[in-house]
Order: sequence, then structure tokens, then C-alpha cells
Amino acid sequence: MRVNSIHARHYSARRRPAYVAFLVHRLSGVALALFLPIHFWALGQALRAEAEFEGFLRWTDSPMLKAAEWTLVLLLAAHAGGGLRLLALEFLPWRQWQQSLLAVAAAFTIVMGLAFALAL
Amino acid sequence: MTLHARRETRLWLAQRVSAAVLAICVIVHLITIIYATRGGLSAEEILARTRGSTGWLAFYVLFVLAVAVHVPIGLRTIAIEWLGWTGLTRDWLLAAFGVVLIVMGFSAAAAVFL
Repeated sequence: MRVNSIHARHYSARRRPAYVAFLVHRLSGVALALFLPIHFWALGQALRAEAEFEGFLRWTDSPMLKAAEWTLVLLLAAHAGGGLRLLALEFLPWRQWQQSLLAVAAAFTIVMGLAFALAL
Repeated sequence: MTLHARRETRLWLAQRVSAAVLAICVIVHLITIIYATRGGLSAEEILARTRGSTGWLAFYVLFVLAVAVHVPIGLRTIAIEWLGWTGLTRDWLLAAFGVVLIVMGFSAAAAVFL
């Protein structure tokens, strides 16, 4: 009984990163799905006239909007990185290196986030 | 295989195929965003680079189509697993959302690249 509970605790602790990855993938997916219509609408509207588009771009210069843009880049990178991990797990034959995919996906997200932040 | 199982298998496959297309599209899109935003954005600079570029238009048309397949199927899974929402209304609403994404996405791509 005691051995079982130790095993269960150990197992659940090992599984936690995978559950966090699952939650991040889901929540980033929902956030991106909600953002997409706004993104498309803004591009379609703002680009009708160059002057309007310029006004829209200056509006996005505010720190709040920059932070929101950065969050979106992070969400997109996290969803793409996590999605690539899932595709590898589902379609490639199991290999030991696939255990590192979670860290690779996280690193990809951080690299993209930093690259965008530094380019601003 | 039952009709239900066949439909679920097709949706599962469509989700994975669109994910593979999106993986490439998103990486290209992220690199483009980072490259384009260096030193700030101006309308003149963006439009000078994008207008009349049929290659990029084709790329974003493919991107929008993959998104319109991927997003409704993903939301459908969440609707089932987290909301317990079943029935035909759910599928029709999500299919309609896919159509809205195509219309709005094409309109945005046309505004940027045509």
C-alpha cells in the first residue's frame, strides 16, 4: 500500500510537466482563436487607406499594446512549439530523445519571445 | 467502422495535417514578424514590401485555410472535453466560425498583398 502511494506520488510528479504543457497548449489555442478574428478585422480595415493604417500603427506604439503584441507572439510560439512536440510524439516511433521535446518547445517559445522583444 | 468513428478519425487526421502545414506557416510568420518589426513599423514601409507580392499572398491564403480547418476542430475538442457540449448545433456553429475565419482572413490578405 505504502509502496503504491509512493509510486503514485512519484508518477504524478513526473507527469506534472506534461499536464502543464497540455494546459498551455489548450489555453494558448483558445486565446489565439479569439484573437484571430480581431487580427484579420484590424488588418482588413486599417489597410484600406495608408493614412488609416499609419494611425493604427502609431496607436499600437503604446506600451500596453506592445506588451499585448509580445504576449501574442509568446502564445503563438508556445502553441507551435507544443504542437510540434505532439506531432513528434504521435507520428514518430518512440525514442529516448523525445523526452526532451518539452524543454525544446519551452526553449523555442523563449527564443521567439526574446527575439521579438529585442527587435521592438 | 461506424459512421461516428469514421467522422472522428477524419477530424483527427484533418487536425494533424493542418497542424503540420501550420507548423511551417507559423515559423515563417514568426520570423517575418521579428524581421519586419526591427526598428519599428511604418505603413509606407510595410505596404511597399507587401503590395503585389503574389508569392506571399499564396502563402497567407494557405495559412488562412489551414487555420480555418485547425481552429474549429480544436475548439470542438475543448467543447466536448471541458464543456460537455454535444450535438449538431455545436458542429454547425464551429463550421460557421471556420467560414468566418476564411472570409476575414482572405479579406485581410487581399488588403495587405493586393
